[in-house]
Amino acid sequence: MLALLIREIRLGVRAGGGALTGVLFFLAVVAAIPFAVGPDINLLARLGPAVLWIGALLAGLLGLDRLFQADREDGSLDLMIIARDTHMLVATVFVKCVAHWLVALLPLVVAAPVFGLLMSMDAVAIGAATLTLLVGTPALAFVGAAGASVAVALPRGGLLVSVLVLPIAIPVLIFGVSASYAAVNEPDPFLPPFLILAALTLFMAVIGPLAAAVALRYAAD
Amino acid sequence: MLRRKEAAVRLSMWGAMRLAVVDLTGERGGEPVFSGISFLLVPHGSLVITGPNGAGKSTLLRVLAGLLPPASGSIAWEGGGEDWPTLSGSTHYLGHHNAMKPALTVGENLGFWRSFNGSQRASVAEALDKVGLSGIGHLPFGYLSTGQKRRASIAKLLVSYRPLWLLDEPTSGLDRASEARFAELMEEHLAQGGMIVAATHLPLGLGGAKRLEMGGHRGHGRAHDHDDEGVWPPAAGDA
Repeated sequence: MLALLIREIRLGVRAGGGALTGVLFFLAVVAAIPFAVGPDINLLARLGPAVLWIGALLAGLLGLDRLFQADREDGSLDLMIIARDTHMLVATVFVKCVAHWLVALLPLVVAAPVFGLLMSMDAVAIGAATLTLLVGTPALAFVGAAGASVAVALPRGGLLVSVLVLPIAIPVLIFGVSASYAAVNEPDPFLPPFLILAALTLFMAVIGPLAAAVALRYAAD
Repeated sequence: MLRRKEAAVRLSMWGAMRLAVVDLTGERGGEPVFSGISFLLVPHGSLVITGPNGAGKSTLLRVLAGLLPPASGSIAWEGGGEDWPTLSGSTHYLGHHNAMKPALTVGENLGFWRSFNGSQRASVAEALDKVGLSGIGHLPFGYLSTGQKRRASIAKLLVSYRPLWLLDEPTSGLDRASEARFAELMEEHLAQGGMIVAATHLPLGLGGAKRLEMGGHRGHGRAHDHDDEGVWPPAAGDA
């Protein structure tokens, strides 16, 4: 399993892996917002956490469709399904999700504080948004795996995966953004939405790989 | 010396191992592709499946590998003991695709499958040497020619051990010398008590292989007349 993790990370960071595409797209979304809403610094700061979350969510959906498709096209997925007696398919999917998070989503979390400056957010807001992204983005990887596995046999399933995954990812967005706002808006408590966000991630970590493994098992053709 | 002893212990364990397929029917998308396939495979035994395009050779191999459910009939894997309790866990499947990543080096690809599949046998360097690719382990897999890619993929069979090899057109893209070398590797695998099921339309150079001829009347996709289907009567193995 460690071998699988290392392989996936290598694939992600080598040429053609597309690890940095997400960060660039994230930057594009965040950088476009000030042009759209105008140079009102207070308004930008208020929008900041929401914009960071939307940008990270959209960027996180970018590479999802290739999560299993690349393995399916070159036959690796067949061998992983055949090896299901030694490595449960759920565990294989889980490791692939973890690797996807490390390669594609963790860079977004790291980039978030820098992009927060573009939105003229203050230090506490930036910290809260980054923390919620760190806790919330794994859920995107796990939900994304379920969506990617359903569309694995479709040659151009990229948009379909995004549309499938987005509704399930909305609760993560809601609680991520509300926790970020609660950190700066004094009367609102930070902890309840943050804990629900953490619970969502744990919940998706179980449901996502399970659903993905079932879908992959029956997509083998 | 120790090795021979180990082999002897293994052989005695394998005594009862067998793959029994009875009256197997396979389908793709609801359409029957083949039917009435029966054969028995025991250690040292090999089966070469021949037949025209669309006869269902690949589908049969994918059903055996557990990638597709059989429409009817039974596949029984017996006597594998603790080491090889299930069919899919005892199988190396070499399909049309090489299951290697072009962005990784040949060595990294093989190293991954070696540790992922377990039951490690030859080291990556040894396996590459056996398929005649020594010294190119550091190259990205994508740089190799078609034949070299196939040989690297064959090396995957050597880095971890499985008693049953399911080979789908294994020699496509190989030159004469590589074909001969691959035939030697297969003979070696059989001599060590392995089993091989290979689908091909090229001679593989396997000496004592049984043959299974699959029917060629599937061009129209209907499967009402099963009379011409290749039927391999369950027969005693050659071990």
